[in-house]
Formats: sequence, C-alpha cells, structure tokens
Amino acid sequence: MSFAAPFAPEISIIYALTVPLIGMFGIMLADKHQNIREGVTLVTALVTFWLVLGVFSAVGNGARPELLLFEIMPGLALSFKVDPLGALFSLIASGLWIINSLYSIGYMRGTNEKHQTRFYMCFAVAIFAALGIAWSSNLITFFLFYEALTLSTYLLVTHKGDEKAQRGGGIYLGILMGTSIGLLLPAIVLTYVLTGTGDFTQGGILAGSLEEGSWVVMALLGLYVFGIGKAALMPIHSWLPNAMVAPTPVSAFLHAVAVVKAGVFGVMKIAVYIFGTDFLSASGANIPFMWIAGFSILLASAIAMGQDNLKARLAYSTVSQLAYVTLGAMLANSMGVMGGSMQIAMHALGKMTLFMCAGAIYVAHHKTLVSELSGLGRKMPITFAAFFIGALSIVGLPPMGGMWPKFFLMVGAADAGQLAIIFILALSSILNVIYLLSIPIKAFFMAENGRDGANEDGSGTKTIEWGNLREAPFFCLLPPVLTAIGTIILFFLVGDLYRFLEPILGGAYG
Amino acid sequence: MDFFAQLPALPVVVPFVAAPMALLMPPGRIPWLWAVLVSWVSFGLSLLLLEQVWVNGPVTYAMGGWAAPLGIIYYIDLANALVLSLVTGIAAVVFPYAYNSVRDEINHGQTPGFYTALLLCLAGLIGVTMTGDAFNVFVFLEVSSLATYTLVAMGAGRDRRALTAAFNYLVMGTIGATFFVIGIGLLYQATGTLNMLDLHERLAGQDNRLVKAAFAFIITGLGLKLAMLPLHLWLPPAYTYAPSAITAFLAATATKVAVYIMLRFLFTVFGFDFPFLKVALDFFLVLGIAGMFIASLAAVFQDDVKMLLAYSSVAQIGYMLLGISLGTVDGVAASLIHVVNHAFIKAALFMAVGIVVLRLGSHQLRAFQGLATRMPWTSWGIVVAGLSLVGVPATVGFVSKFALLSAVFAKGGTMEIIAGFLILASSLLAVIYMMRVIKVMLQPVPTDGPFAGPVAAPPLTMRLMLWIMVGVNIYFGLQAQPVIAIAQKAAATLLGVDSGEAF
Repeated sequence: MSFAAPFAPEISIIYALTVPLIGMFGIMLADKHQNIREGVTLVTALVTFWLVLGVFSAVGNGARPELLLFEIMPGLALSFKVDPLGALFSLIASGLWIINSLYSIGYMRGTNEKHQTRFYMCFAVAIFAALGIAWSSNLITFFLFYEALTLSTYLLVTHKGDEKAQRGGGIYLGILMGTSIGLLLPAIVLTYVLTGTGDFTQGGILAGSLEEGSWVVMALLGLYVFGIGKAALMPIHSWLPNAMVAPTPVSAFLHAVAVVKAGVFGVMKIAVYIFGTDFLSASGANIPFMWIAGFSILLASAIAMGQDNLKARLAYSTVSQLAYVTLGAMLANSMGVMGGSMQIAMHALGKMTLFMCAGAIYVAHHKTLVSELSGLGRKMPITFAAFFIGALSIVGLPPMGGMWPKFFLMVGAADAGQLAIIFILALSSILNVIYLLSIPIKAFFMAENGRDGANEDGSGTKTIEWGNLREAPFFCLLPPVLTAIGTIILFFLVGDLYRFLEPILGGAYG
Repeated sequence: MDFFAQLPALPVVVPFVAAPMALLMPPGRIPWLWAVLVSWVSFGLSLLLLEQVWVNGPVTYAMGGWAAPLGIIYYIDLANALVLSLVTGIAAVVFPYAYNSVRDEINHGQTPGFYTALLLCLAGLIGVTMTGDAFNVFVFLEVSSLATYTLVAMGAGRDRRALTAAFNYLVMGTIGATFFVIGIGLLYQATGTLNMLDLHERLAGQDNRLVKAAFAFIITGLGLKLAMLPLHLWLPPAYTYAPSAITAFLAATATKVAVYIMLRFLFTVFGFDFPFLKVALDFFLVLGIAGMFIASLAAVFQDDVKMLLAYSSVAQIGYMLLGISLGTVDGVAASLIHVVNHAFIKAALFMAVGIVVLRLGSHQLRAFQGLATRMPWTSWGIVVAGLSLVGVPATVGFVSKFALLSAVFAKGGTMEIIAGFLILASSLLAVIYMMRVIKVMLQPVPTDGPFAGPVAAPPLTMRLMLWIMVGVNIYFGLQAQPVIAIAQKAAATLLGVDSGEAF
C-alpha cells in the first residue's frame, strides 16, 4: 500500500483531529447558507480522510506514529499511538463520513429536517471523537474520547426534539454514560493501580500483575466488556434500538459505524493489548463472555425476526453482528481476533448500506414498516438491489466482504476447540437470511399492498421519477450504491487487509 | 521592615482590618467591591507566601514580635500554604460571583453587614490555617464560625428555615468548639505550652489518661466542625438554606480548613509517637467508609439539589478521612489533594445552583427541568463539575480518586484493599445522584406549574465566575502535577518523613 503522505504521520494525527473541529466552526459560521454549509462538511470530510489515509499508509509501512498531548501526572497521559486496528477503524470512520455526508444532504433536505446546522456540527465532533478513540494509546485517552462521542451523539439522537426522541435520548445517555462511568472507569483505574500503566501494549500488560486463575481477571474482564456499553453486548444493548429515533443518517453512520464500532473496537483493543490473548485464554476468564456473546448473537437475531419496523430490525441485527466482534475477542486466539477485526470493517459497510436504503425508502415513499414494502422493489430497483447486496454481505455469502469475518471466526472457534460456537455462527447466518433477505425478495416479487405514503400527503418530498420508477433523490441513492459496491470490492481485498492487520496478532503471526 | 518580612501576617490582617470598614459603607455595590478587592489582595498575598514556602521552606512569624513560648507564632509550611491559597482563591472567585445573588436574596439594608460577616469569616478561616498556636486556632475557629452562623441565618430572607438551620449549626458548632477548647485546656495542663511544635516535643512519650482525654476531646470537636459522619447532621440544612453564594463559599472552604486542622493535630501535635493515634486512624477508616456510603445513599434520595450536594459533601469528607486513616505519605497527600479538588468541584456546583436559584427562585430538583434548553452554559457547567465529582478523567475529581486508590492499594493490607473496592462502588452512587440531576435538566421545559415561562439569561459575572471555576476543574485535571507535588511534599512535612519520594 503506497500513498504519498503529505505530512509526517505524527503531524497528520494532529491535523486529522483538528480539521473536524475547524470544520465544526465553519459549519456554524455558514449557518444559513445551506450549500456553503454542506460544502464545508464535504471539504472537511475529504481533507480528514486524506489525512487519515496518510496515517493509515504509514502504519501499513510499519510505522507506529505517536503523539503526546498532556501529561496529567507521571505515568498518566493523554496520548496517541496508531496501530493497524486503530488505523483501520479511523480509515473506515473517516471514509464513510464522506459517503454519509452526501447521503445526509439528500436525506435532510428530502425530509425537511430542522436544525440542520446543529446536525452537521455534531457529526463533525463525533468524527473527532471517533478518531481519538481509534488512535488512543492508553485507556485514559480512550475513555475521554469515548465519553466525548457519547455526548456529541446525544444531540443527534434527540434531533427531532419531541418526547419520543427525548426518551430515546435519555435511555441512550443513561446506559452509555452509566456503564462507562460505573463499570469501565473503575476497571481502568483498577488496571492502572494494578499494573502502573494503562498503555495498549503488544501482548497485554496484566500478565505480570495478576495470576491467571485469579477471580480478579474475570471481574475485570466483566467490567470492561459490559462497561463498554457501545459494544451493545446483551444485556447492555437496549440503548441501540432506542437510538433509532434519530434521523436515518445518524443511524446509518453512527449506529452502524462510528459509535458501535468504537465500542467493539474498544473490546478488541482491551482483549489484545490490555489482557493479551495468551493471558486471556490461559486464564479461562474469556469463556463465559464468549458464551454471552454467542447467546447475544442468536437472541438478537431472533428478536430482529419479530420486528416489523425496518430500522428496529436493522438495529437488532446490529446488536447481533456486534457480538461477532466481541466473540472474536473472547475466542482469544489469532484467528478469532482477525475475524473480529475484519468484522469491524465488513459489517460497517454492509450495515450502512442497509440503513441508507431504509432511509431512501422513507424519503421516497414514507414507509417504515417491513410489511409495507411488498412490491416496492419494482419502483425502487436500485435501492433494493443495493439492499440485497448489503444483506448478502451481512449474511456472509461470497462474493461479499462479509463472508471473511465469519470464515475467520469459524476457524478461530475450531482452533479454540469450541465446536458449538461454529454451530452458533452457522445458525445465525441462517437467521440472517430469513430476516434480511426476505425484505428485498418481498419487495421484488410480491404484489404491492397498501397505499403509498408519499403520494398521499405529497409533502414536497423530492424524488427521481422515471416512468414507473420512483427512487429517492440522487444524494440518497448514490451512497448506498457506493457502499454496496464497496462490500464486493472488500471481498477481493481480503489478502491486503489480512497482511495489514497481521501485526496485531503478535509474534507468531506478525 | 521590608514587605516580605511581614508577609506571613498580612493575609490574616488585611481581611480583619477590612471587615469592620465594610460595615461603615452605604448598602449596595460598594461593600461588595470592597470585599472583592480584599479577597483578591488576600489571594495574591497567599500565592506569594506559597511561593516563598515552596522555595525557602517553612516560615515562622512572631505576632507583635513576641517570641515562641509567650507570644503567638504563625508557622507556615506547605500544608497550610496550600490550604491558605485554596481558601483565598475560592474567595477570589466566589466573592465577585456573590453580587447578583446577594442583591436578590439579602435585604438591601443588610448588605454592609453581610459583607462584613463574609470578610470576618474569611479572616477567621485564614487565621485558623496560618496560626501555629493551638489556642489561637480555637479563637479563629470561633471567629469564622460565628460569622458563618450569621451568614447562614441571612438566608431567612428567602426561606425561613434558614433560621432553624443556623440555630442547629450554632448549637452543634458551639459544642464542637467547646470540646475542642477543653481538649486544648487538657493539653495545656499536660505540657504547659500552646505552641504546636512545642506541644509535639513535650507530648513525646506521654501516654497518660490526660493526654488521651485531650486527644479524644480535640478529635471529637474537630469532627463536629468537619461534619464527620455521625456528627454531620448540622451540615445539610445549613448548606441548603444559606444564601447561594455562602453555600458555595462554605462548602469549598469551611470543612476543608477543619480537615487541615485535624491533620495538623493528628500528625504535627500528636504524631506517631502517640500510641493512641493508631486507634484513631482505624476509627477513621471505618467512619470514612461509612460516610462514603451512608451520605451518598442519602444524597440519592434528595429532591432538593442543594441538599443532595450537601450530602455529597459529607460523603466526600469520608474520602478525605479514608486518606488520612492510611497514615502514609501517599494517603495524607491524597487527602490533601481531595481537599483542594473537592473545593473546586463543590464551589462550581453550588455556584451553578445559585444561578438557577437566582432565575427560577428554587433549588428543588423540579426547578431544573428543561435547564439544558434554558441555560445551556450553566447546564454544561453542572455537567462538567458533576463529571468531576464522579471522577471522570480530565477533571480534578479523577486525580483525587486516582491518588486515593493508588495510596490505598499501595498500603496493601486486606482492610485497605476492601476499602479500595468500596471506593469504586461508592463512586457508583455519585454517578446515580448526578445522573438524576442531569436527566431532569435534559427533560423538556415545563409548560405549566411554577417553573414555566421564559427565563432571562443569568448575569454575566455569575456565569463568568462559574466557568472560571469549571475551567479550574479541567485545568488541574489535565495539569495535576503542581497540586500533587505540593500535596506530596506537604504530607511528607506533616508526617515528618523526608520528602523526595516521587508520586
């Protein structure tokens, strides 16, 4: 991977973190001038991506750029250090921000949402926080940006401002803040006190300080896994379906990519760099949490099947898919970690496609329920084709990128001797087929039922009409197509991705 | 005589002389300006003194030129220089803040009296902190306490319950002071001196019933003053019904000074040579933990935000006692760090509540409904200070908890490790009660009831001072080394251990 980076990667880190904040002020200044405001968002997103790409390619070449912001007290600092996993997460987040910004333009204007300036500003802050999470070099830095992400996205969840949004936002904030401060923070402090450091270190930092069989290991792991509420491991998942009151671009980007991936990314990082996979598997503390993750995969899928609201169904599907990453981390072997890490990337693209399609359907036809979608595929063939591809990727069928994580996870489960996990993974894929693929099939092959909401109220939705077709506006349509194509491209790029992520597996593979 | 030779006397002399002058001024803005000026001058002098002590070591000053056994000696080492800077620093921020709040809550004609009492209270607290004479501590403690009873009672203009709160406080406070002075009297009987350093030398090796009784009297008396758990009942009503600015000032200073003087008596006067000290420290461990939980639990169920924060203050005293009870340099340093940091936190929170009281006329939780929409800046102030109280990184609260936990685990006994986990668990209670407040603030603005209707923006000075205090919470949360270094050195001096151990 070669890319002519404009700056030294250390400098790029600073710039990439500052640019979204500058962009936020730009958006604020351009308040009333819609086109300039969205222009600022897009330019900010592009510049950020370009800078992140510089960091990414440097990491691909073996660099580990570091940066110290503050030293709070000796041994306790706010600092960054980019590893392959963080580089990958930051690349996905900043890259999909561009696509999501395009989509937001189509969606927010298409539905005449209010407070659009605040919306774009919060997005910029959320990206800043996500990048901070991705690159944090220790637990304290991770925690700070984690909280910043919660606070900045709270305003996005409650965007509509009505009572339902307020309630959803309250649950969102309550669970995410409560778990992070109540469980994650004590775990972090305990880690510092036990080991004297909280730096993410290859091979983990707990090995010398705790005995393998100690109950403290299991307690600490529990505090971490449930403390990172953004990973949405059951039973700490209920904030995610409640967050679906947000406008669809928020659900698409934050609750399929940035926020939830920040959570599972954190779980992965803590498993690999704080506990260390060897220590974790030797301690046996991972096993109960592996089962919780497996259980979470199946139960969330089962709940998803019963959801008629399209976004709610996708939300539960996300809960299920996120547990794959936690499962990978808890398998605590190299293939599990590899599978989990890949899932972060693959699921991001696939699920974002699905959410953006759901939004497009809402913009063009004001439909939110799965039962209303019959026959709609003939009116929106492009949208549903993208949906179909995204769904195939989530299910894990070739030639979609979503296949690989499942493959590696199964190998990991076999390595760990957990055959039941392989069965769970297979069963989950079947459930995915039922609740996800049924949607485009219904849309393409069944007769239309019910009335078309948009025709009825005719509330000035902007659509592309061509003969019998009635697609969402261009900016709503292009992004899901791009991400759908992305899932196919990732299928073929898996070799590069594997080589890129290999160093995090440590000695034997690195 | 040059300025620096007299410097140790000035922080206490300046407010003392200034206080009666405020009484002669016409009501309104002028006494306030005077008080602000005095607080800033005192703060400046304190910082100079802190610098001098940091560079040159402890300073001794004989009041009126009378030398040690006869005269009153001011003895300033890092521990009191730190607390002194804290008290005057808080005054320098809270006094400017007070103007609008006082104009709203206090009778116009009473303002000169109010600022006189305020300056006397400040002078008393400074005196307690600086003096090296045990009886002089009692005198200044009473100066500040009497002023405080008056100030709390002045809340009666807004809520008559301030009178009973002040009366309760007066009775309890006076009992505390009496216990304290009995203890001092017994010590005098045992040693024939009142100078703290002298006392320490002459108490060495004495372990008779007289000294034990003196110790018990002093600790109980001070326990009342600092609201140690079973003796805390005066504090919540006093804080709740006092005028807003007074609550902010007292919560950040009065109990903190009492904690300091407790440290001074425990370690400088008695010290580890005194066998009974160990017993007291174990006692503190239990009381500290009990305070953390019982008071936090009480805070969870309060529907009055000032009451909630007051109970939280009692709980935080528990953390300080826990730090003291370890009896190690790290533990005492953690306690001092928390004294400073908790002052920042509570000052900010009570100042924010004061702004709400000014605009909505109530500190009930219901009045906070929709605050996030109505007063976004004040609300953010509450959120940041609340996170600091909980102990989130990048705020001072985290530094405190971290220092305390490190000290607890470094000590390493079974009791201590259990205490460490209990600290973590009790932080959860802080999450719960702060979350309650924040959740109410996030609700939509009420459309009917007493708190409906538009609300004018709070005065700029109040918001500015609030945000300076919030900024201090963040600044020292990110740059913790100065406070930690001073506290570490101060603790080492208090315990008579060679300093130089890194944190």
